[in-house]
Amino acid sequence: MTVRKYLVLAGVTIFAAMGDSLLAYGMRQVGSLSWHHLPEVILAVFNPWVALGVLLLLGFFASYMTALSWADLTYVLPATSLGYVLLALIARFWLHEDVTSSRWLGILLISAGVGFVTQGPALTHHPPASVSEECLPAIASTRAEP
Amino acid sequence: MKHLYTWSAIAVIVLASTAGDVLLSRAMKQIGDVGELRRRSGLLSVVGSILRHPSFLLGVLAMTVAFYSLLFGLSWGDVSLVAPASASLTFVASAIAAKFFLHERVDHRRWLAAVLVAAGVLLLAA
Repeated sequence: MTVRKYLVLAGVTIFAAMGDSLLAYGMRQVGSLSWHHLPEVILAVFNPWVALGVLLLLGFFASYMTALSWADLTYVLPATSLGYVLLALIARFWLHEDVTSSRWLGILLISAGVGFVTQGPALTHHPPASVSEECLPAIASTRAEP
Repeated sequence: MKHLYTWSAIAVIVLASTAGDVLLSRAMKQIGDVGELRRRSGLLSVVGSILRHPSFLLGVLAMTVAFYSLLFGLSWGDVSLVAPASASLTFVASAIAAKFFLHERVDHRRWLAAVLVAAGVLLLAA
């Protein structure tokens, strides 16, 4: 794992949390949508907060795809779950919502999970011989872990 | 009856987003490290090969199904049940799917991480 790769994982985490928050903030301004007023659904993306949220979620998707190109799914998913913690902290310190003790416990558990998974290897190395018979030949990557 | 609808929606969300994650992960592993590829053949060519990859397209389709099921689920059940239940079950389902479909080595450390994060997400939303 290089600094650049940790930055990509941080990007996944931050883009997702910020994108979701901005989307939620914008949608609260737009008001509730209904299927009978489809034009409103389309107009919703012209709300600046919603537009910025969508932009950040595109950034999330790009960094998520980048991370999955060199790390296992079972590494990327827990490693980037700090986004939930970030959301709770945004709720506490920016939106001044009440964070209960069970939520702090949740933050603790997620952080522990992130700590566990990031201590291990990021990518499973499949020996080419054992995978050659199976249906995912291209995953039998011989790339070395940088 | 409403309860059944809500939990069916949660089941569909979990299945679809797990399938989406597995397909996207499989596509990106087959394409290879995008950082290296970009240096060798340029950003546009990398983006092109991702957008043309069948597993990527299927993965996006599965994610779309998951997103719309979430919308339906939210209209049937409470957001404080549907969102955390589907998010935390997806962490565990993805670990199982990654082991069997992607042949990832899911050791004790990764199982523990998946379960801790799943429990943490549930508590955050409680």
